Amino acid sequence: MLLEQLINGITLGSIYAIVALGFTLVFGVLGIINMAHGEIFMFGAFVGVMVTSTLGWPIWMAFLAAIIVTAILGYMLERFALRPLRGKKGVSHLAPLISTIGVSILLENLSHHLFGAGNHPFKNAFAEIHFTIGSITIYVVQIVIFVISVVLMMALSYWLSKTRAGKALRATAENLDTASILGVNTRQIITLTVVMASAMGGIAGILVGMAFNSVNPQMGLSMGLKGLAIIILGGMGNVKGAMAGGLILGLAETLIVAYGDSGYRDAIAFLAIIVILLIRPQGLFGQKTSEGRP
Amino acid sequence: MRKILNKSFLLFTVLLLVVLTACSNNSETSGKKGDSKESGKAVEAKIGVVSYLTGPGAAYGEAITNGFNLAKKEINAKGDVKIDLVVEDSAGKQEQALSAAQKLMSDDSIVALLGPTLSTEMNVVGPEADLNGIPIMGTSTTAEGIPQIGDYVFRNSLPEALAIPAAVKKAVDKYKVKKVAILYGNDDVFTKSGYDTMKKTAEKMKLDVVTTETFQKGQADYNAQLTKIKGLQPDLILCSALYNEGAVIMDQARKLGIDVPFVGGNGFNSPQVIQIAGQAADGLIVATPWFGDKQDPKVQEFVKKYESEYGKKPDQFAAQAYDALYIMAEALKNAGEADRDALRDSLAEIKDFPGILGKFSFDKDGDVVMDPTVLIIKDGKFQIFE
Repeated sequence: MLLEQLINGITLGSIYAIVALGFTLVFGVLGIINMAHGEIFMFGAFVGVMVTSTLGWPIWMAFLAAIIVTAILGYMLERFALRPLRGKKGVSHLAPLISTIGVSILLENLSHHLFGAGNHPFKNAFAEIHFTIGSITIYVVQIVIFVISVVLMMALSYWLSKTRAGKALRATAENLDTASILGVNTRQIITLTVVMASAMGGIAGILVGMAFNSVNPQMGLSMGLKGLAIIILGGMGNVKGAMAGGLILGLAETLIVAYGDSGYRDAIAFLAIIVILLIRPQGLFGQKTSEGRP
Repeated sequence: MRKILNKSFLLFTVLLLVVLTACSNNSETSGKKGDSKESGKAVEAKIGVVSYLTGPGAAYGEAITNGFNLAKKEINAKGDVKIDLVVEDSAGKQEQALSAAQKLMSDDSIVALLGPTLSTEMNVVGPEADLNGIPIMGTSTTAEGIPQIGDYVFRNSLPEALAIPAAVKKAVDKYKVKKVAILYGNDDVFTKSGYDTMKKTAEKMKLDVVTTETFQKGQADYNAQLTKIKGLQPDLILCSALYNEGAVIMDQARKLGIDVPFVGGNGFNSPQVIQIAGQAADGLIVATPWFGDKQDPKVQEFVKKYESEYGKKPDQFAAQAYDALYIMAEALKNAGEADRDALRDSLAEIKDFPGILGKFSFDKDGDVVMDPTVLIIKDGKFQIFE
């Protein structure tokens, strides 16, 4: 039972982590909390449903389609909701936040119209593959989710610290004007960041669809709020923090249900976050990245 | 010239007066006709209908009025009772339902009201009807306490408090259940009240509740709760959920290897469950007032007539409305006159009325007494559970 619950917790935590990675990337560079991220994630899940259930295509096509669609959504988000507000005089620093909230409402209602309000099943043969050890059933999807989240985190860390584009991104995050003077094409970097973060949301959407077989227009909101809590817990803009925070929240929620009362699931999980933040206000891994910001 | 004008004006006035009196005379006589016992054969009555005809829930109102109209046609063809329906729209709003009902109540030739559609609407219309002494019957109001509003308030829609215990009892008898687990959505009034009924039922039947777990609307991951339930090995899971969440719960439960049956409330009772959960939906037990595939000639005839008339299969709202008008007709026939008080008394005496929903009686409050049909999903479709 404990082992099963641990598997549940790690699966949930890995999904949280991938969602949080997208959040943290945008926050690290733009200093904006992207409230539309949850809805982009939801769109990714719906694309997965359409591709696998309606069109009957294989699962890798679903990943590809979801990445493409969410990347386009990410580009449009940056082009129409964020860029017009950037660098203008008199624009409040809260304006981009509000504008992403607007986009999230738009996307949620759009999916209501396109897909209907109900739950859509994610029917896929791959999601059914499982093996049993004793009384424990493990689905291959659960392992895949964990592996994908770890790989994404490592790839992202490597990309940020070692590659040229990653360095440019960090420079942009440090100081937009200086980076621009030093020859970094900041506009391109910002667009790239938002598109990448959105594509990650798309991947997370498909993983949720496969793991829980439940895709609906409301799923973006709760997942988005959890992702937000996680990046605060892990340290704003920190990739490893997002991963650790996701796993901690996922495990905490699962274990509270297993050994406590499911009615207090969110309450206790978020209480734990508050306690951790009281001890470490900058988050678990948060150090310089968030301090450098005015 | 002036005189002529004056005269013609006088003539016109007189004519108008004559027409007016003729009109009022007319309505008076028709009213009297309805009232008088002696008119002999058919009891003629006007019944007001308040229904949700425009707005997001218009589909309910449509099904309900379709049910009424079909029943009206048949009843009038039979000839014992002649019914005329006056339909008003409530748009699903309390204030509009109230003004529509008041308009109908103030017409003395209307002897009873059917509707309104929603329980919230009934909560404002019911007391007003009771005050005015006009019988009112809800055909789709399932909330607690509706018939208790007053002596004149009735309903023929099966309340949750009757449906859930019926389903639980049948499941317990069949599977020799001793231990149950309860799972419910704690952020929705409807699922919460379903949970209260389940808890009461489990206590009354002396079942051992091994655990009570909760979830929230739109949640995607129920594995933690289900793994815990699996570890406690209940014989039956009572799940108060709307079909959207319920179907996902069943799917995840079956994936975890939980194969015990589920009992759900009215919100769980939807063909959508099968669509979402597929094979995992097998083993869901619900109680319902209406089952369209029942092997009863009366039910099959109704389904066929409804389909040829309106081009779609009747749902429970259409069926309940259809039966409601038949109950009204029966009460009118027994009363022998179109009088509000006589109709109320004869409604209260309805007992074992054979409708398409089954044998129907009112209890002392005007609430439903009937055996609901208990269904189970088997091989991907709803079947009678025995």
